Order: sequence, then C-alpha cells, then structure tokens
Amino acid sequence: MNLAWKELRRRPGRFAVAGVILTLIAILLMFLGGLLDGLLGNSTGAYRVQEADRFVFSASSKDSLVRSRIDADTRSAVQDAVGDGVVGGIGSVQLGGRLEGRDVRDLVAVVLFGYEVAPKGLPSEVPGPGEVYADVALRSEGVDEGTEIQLGPDRTPVTVIGFLEDSQYNGQGTLWGSLDTWQTVLEANRPGETLGEGTVQALVVRDGPTQATSAAIDAATGGATSTLTITEAIEALPGVSQQRATFNQIIGVTVVIAIVVVALFFALLTVERTGLYGVLKAVGASSRSLFAGVVLQAVVVTLVAAALGAAGALVLDAVIPAGAIPFVAQPSRLISSVVYLLVAAVIGCAFSLRRVLKVDPAAAIGGSQ
Amino acid sequence: MTTTLPPVSTDLALQMQSVRKTYQVGDDEVVALDDATLRVASDEIVALVGPSGSGKTTLCSIAGGILSATSGSVVVAGNDISSYSAKQLTEFRRESVGFVFQSVNLVPFLTARENLLVVDELGPRTGAKGKARADQLLEELGLSDRANNLPGQLSGGQKQRVAIGRALMNEPSLVLFDEPTSALDSKLGDQVVHLIREEMKSRGTAAIIVTHDDRITHYADRTVHIVDGRIEA
Repeated sequence: MNLAWKELRRRPGRFAVAGVILTLIAILLMFLGGLLDGLLGNSTGAYRVQEADRFVFSASSKDSLVRSRIDADTRSAVQDAVGDGVVGGIGSVQLGGRLEGRDVRDLVAVVLFGYEVAPKGLPSEVPGPGEVYADVALRSEGVDEGTEIQLGPDRTPVTVIGFLEDSQYNGQGTLWGSLDTWQTVLEANRPGETLGEGTVQALVVRDGPTQATSAAIDAATGGATSTLTITEAIEALPGVSQQRATFNQIIGVTVVIAIVVVALFFALLTVERTGLYGVLKAVGASSRSLFAGVVLQAVVVTLVAAALGAAGALVLDAVIPAGAIPFVAQPSRLISSVVYLLVAAVIGCAFSLRRVLKVDPAAAIGGSQ
Repeated sequence: MTTTLPPVSTDLALQMQSVRKTYQVGDDEVVALDDATLRVASDEIVALVGPSGSGKTTLCSIAGGILSATSGSVVVAGNDISSYSAKQLTEFRRESVGFVFQSVNLVPFLTARENLLVVDELGPRTGAKGKARADQLLEELGLSDRANNLPGQLSGGQKQRVAIGRALMNEPSLVLFDEPTSALDSKLGDQVVHLIREEMKSRGTAAIIVTHDDRITHYADRTVHIVDGRIEA
C-alpha cells in the first residue's frame, strides 16, 4: 500500500490519462444527474412543496390533476375517512401571464394554483382575493412583490404578495392563491372548464394521529377516488418516471464506461509491472498486498477525478443563467455520483486481480518454465 | 549422483536432499532438476556453475522458496520448507532468504534507502530499527551519500550494491545471487563479487552465486557444477 501511495505521489504522470478520462466521465455523470434533478425538480415542485401526505384524485382521472374533479360530497366522505387529519382542496389552471412593460405576445407561462392547505414556506392563511404568492423562478421574468400579472385571454389581474421556493410545475413558474381566486380566473378564462359549487380538482390530505390508508380513503368514497401518497403522485405525473428511467439508463452506461476505463488502464499498468511484481513477490510481498495497492491507486485517482468533476458541476450550476438549463448540482447527487465512480473503480480493478495472482515470483530470477 | 560436500559443519544454511523438479509440457515431462543433493554451510559461499538451461536457476529458486520441489527435501536454516504452502513460502522468503537478481530490479520510484526499506515494509514493520539497519547497510556498501537517489540516478555498480543491501535487510540465513555480474563489465563485476564475498563473510551468511562465468568462481569457497539438471562433482 505504501509502495502504491509513493508511486502515486512520485509518478502522477503515469495516472494522468486515466485521471483525465475519469474526470470527464465524472463531469458527464454529475451533469446528467444534475439535469435529471433539474428536470424533475421543475416538473414536480408543486407536489413536493405540499405540506401534506396524500393526494386524492377522482377515480376516472387516471391520477391527473387536470382531469380530476372532486365534488363536495366526495370531499365530505374523504374528510370522514381521515378523521382528525386535514383535508384541503386544490385546483390548477395553466395560462399565459402578461407583465407590464412587455410585448403583448411576450407571455410568461404560469400555472395558477388555488389552495386551502398552505404549501411549504407560505403562511397558513390563504391570500385574499386577487392576491398570489409566486415561485421564485418567476423572478427571472422580472416578477417582484407588488407586480401585477394579467392572466389568460381575459387578462384577469393578480398581484404578487410574496414568493415561495421550488414549486415549479411542468417546467413552469407557479402562482398560489385562494380557491376563490383560482375559480375566478378559471371562470373568466376557461368558461368551459368551470366547476360546480364546492368542486375542486383534487384534495390534499395531511394525516392526523389516526392516519387513514389510501385504500381506506378510496373505500370510504365508494371507489370514487384514487388516493396516492405524495411520492406516488409525483411518479404519476406525465413524463416523470420516463425521464428518470431514461436518465438512469444513460447514467448506468456512463458508470459501465468508467468500469471499462479503470479495468483497461489498471490491467495495462499491471502488465507493465509484471516484472516488478515478480521481484516484490520474490522478496516476500503477498498478492493481496499488491492488489490492495492497485485498488488504492484506482480509488485515489477516481477520488481526485470525482472531486474535479464535482467542482466542475458546481461551477456549471453557478454559471448557468437561471431558467436557461434545468440543471441543479445537489449534494446528494454529487455524493451518489462519487460513490458510483468508486464502486466502478473497485470493480474495474477486480479485472486485474487474476493477473496479479498469476504473477510468478520465479519469473524474477528467470526460473519460470 | 555426485556432489561436493562442504566442510563438516553442524550448522547448515541449506540442505537439499534428492530434490527433483519436473514440468509438464503437453504430454511430455521435462526434468529441470534430477536427484539434486546439496549442502551449504552457514558461512559458505557456493558458486553454482553450468550452461544455460542446466537447472541452476531452478535449483536456486527451490532453495529460496520461489519454486516447490516435485520431490525431495529442502531445509533452510533448520526449516524444512518442502511442504510449505504458498503463503508460508511467501513468509519464508520475506524473513529467511535474500535475493539479488540478474537485472537488479530495484523499484524505480523509490530511493536507494527506500528500496532497502521495502523488505521491512512487506513484513511486520520494525520502524526505527529497520531504518537504522538500512542506513547501516548503505554505509557499509559505500552508498551513504546516495541514499536519497533514485535508481535512475545510480550507476550499474551502485544499483547492484543497493540490491545486495536489499537482500541483506532481513538478516537472511541464505542469500541467492542470480548471475549478479552479467549486466556489469568485467572490472565492475569483479568489484561486485569481491564486495559480495566481503559482506557474506563479515556476516557469516551463506550464499549461492548462480553464474556461468568461471572467472568469478575463485571468490567462492566451493564451486558446484550442474549439467542437465544433475549436480556434478
């Protein structure tokens, strides 16, 4: 091990090629992961920001918020089922927003949510009529506190009274107002989608001490609802699971490439060192200690590459303008990428194990026959 | 079988008895060493001479625990290594024998001093004691001022002296030299063999010098000839 460490310190050039390739792979891995997190974050923020445990959709909606309709009777049944839990209505409408001073065709795509149970970061009291909180992503569009946004073809005005974070939905900025504000905007701009009195698109449920299961809630409504946990509801969002699967496959292939790079590089190094290993074995080195040295070198080279990759990802995160690319460098993603690379390094090294075991100390003194 | 026995000694560094080594090459059995019996006293220097392919390196490898004999017994410093496992042989090589190889084979990225300390690091480290021994050996070998030089900065003779120092680091009972002068010119070769003799005799350590160069055999106490795997008188 000491020998391997000294070689790393004194002959860093020997590991430069593998280091550069692994650094590029690390950057790619972290960039892909950051893109996935950014895309998913921008698509699912409105669900993740809920201070609730479950979403209740109508059974016929296929767990789509836009298609779902929950009437007052169903809501009452849900409330009975959850007992001391909190139930709140939620509705959404996607519209173009006009901002003062911008061209009439220069619309900002927004999703207005009406809510009763306050999302994370908002006061428990819902805003007054015509007042909304805005997602911080809309700041990049010039939205600030006091900004009036005219929504939809009716140009229904709403005024921003504050901000909340990480609540984007389908890649769009969100506005959060009362159910009344939402219904007013909906009736004015989408008269065909107007809902009856007391009807909302879905319910959010915050479990009480005696939490009801999703199945119990659906049973209480006679099968009129489809209740999902927040995590399940996020996965049910269109494209989320597909995006995750696609990116994870690309990340998986990248990790396999890292394994191949480490395997090939250290296999070549091991071939180069056959004579040296023979001598070391002859003077008493065990195969185990020699292989441990190979693993140490692979792990150190990979750690350096991963650190450079992480630094690159953080720099990218800092320099990419807000809203330009859905990229976010989350610590958890960076750490998991480092772990993947380290696992790849160890697996890659394993291909050299047989070669190290096969080195015959007799070769050192020419006695191998 | 013919062999030249050493002077009477109750303290043998090496005792090989009827050692046979064969290899299977396809369907054929190749005999590398045949019924070899050799005894080396604890402070004796033996020159092992023979043509290429005669089995001298095989004999040396078996004596040093690098190869295992097909049959026969091998006792080094009182330890019968004939039935040692690979792990036991590794430990044996680390603790009981020293090797000086034909092509020197120092670790290229370690200094002369560190090349000696490698032997200490491979086993249970002795720390300051090992470092002191390395410094002492380098001084004895006239390499104190080269202790921090890498092998690439040393001459051929200096490298060979470092290799000798490495072989002596574990205070072995037996040191095996595999054609130690083959890469050196005759003058330097003569100096190195002279140095080997001095070092071995001053320590009372046994040595086998594998060579096909009869000119250096006069430094040995005894010359053993080997032809076609058989030791001759």
